[in-house]
Amino acid sequence: MVGKLLLRGMLVGLVAGILAFAFARVYGEPQVDRAIAFEEQQAQAAGEAPEPEMVSRATQAGIGLATGVLVYGAALGGLFSLVFAYAYGRLGSLGPRGTSALIALLGFLAVIVVPSLKYPANPPAVGNAETIAYRTELFFIMIVVSTAAMVAAVGLAQRLWSRLGAWNASIVAGLAFLVVFALVKAALPDINEVPENFSATVLWQFRVASLGIQLVLWAVVGLGFGAVAERVVAVRDQRGPARRYA
Amino acid sequence: MSDTTFAPTYGPVAIPVRELLPWAIFAGLMLLMMIYFVGAEEGATSLIRGTMVHEFVHDGRHLLGFPCH
Repeated sequence: MVGKLLLRGMLVGLVAGILAFAFARVYGEPQVDRAIAFEEQQAQAAGEAPEPEMVSRATQAGIGLATGVLVYGAALGGLFSLVFAYAYGRLGSLGPRGTSALIALLGFLAVIVVPSLKYPANPPAVGNAETIAYRTELFFIMIVVSTAAMVAAVGLAQRLWSRLGAWNASIVAGLAFLVVFALVKAALPDINEVPENFSATVLWQFRVASLGIQLVLWAVVGLGFGAVAERVVAVRDQRGPARRYA
Repeated sequence: MSDTTFAPTYGPVAIPVRELLPWAIFAGLMLLMMIYFVGAEEGATSLIRGTMVHEFVHDGRHLLGFPCH
């Protein structure tokens, strides 16, 4: 059961990765190229020798990007299926498609959107090499805290469900999540390492593209996995046709 | 047999935690390692010498939102 879900989750994630790769090629790569051009221009102006190219730009933007996004997509799909395997049947009477869509929506918010409000994606040329360890640590702390807060918020909503009703319980839990986020955002240090004359347009478009790539991944996994999981769980649920699910 | 009913019951059935746990631990770890190699290897920490992994997945790392360098 769990193995079946896991395999399907990774396959759906792979498909999501292929689509995200196409999106990244079209909307992301132009921004990466512009950022690298800026970086080289700065290095030249400072009289530094250009960095030796260990992997060609064509490889980085082609097979390298594809590998990165596909591996990430498959891993995301796999982890998603494990969360689904736990959540399914534990979120009221929500069917497989509804459960999958809800996990994707809340997961996208908790793992991607909220952390990126504090530590957004950065193109090449943005960020000091000396602070990479520090920035990576804060980035992952933000994701862990935000995800834990979301899990707690869902638990809170479930606990209040019978007393307040679905809508009010969800609103209270959502507000609790926002309060935690505001506190964490204030507590963790800000990072701003954008070079002074870096193009604001390139930075904005890079970050929108980055968020778009994640949106493609999570939307395809959330909607696609529900569809394939329906057949797997129907056997266990001993129901008739899958269309009976809410 | 008094509880036998002809009306089928509808409602999602949860997977028991003890059935889920081994998968969550082993597969979960493996999947997190995959994300680690795309997102952080040869950046803040390094398991393999050199910077080839970092350079190869460079664009993906930036565009997926990880701190790259």
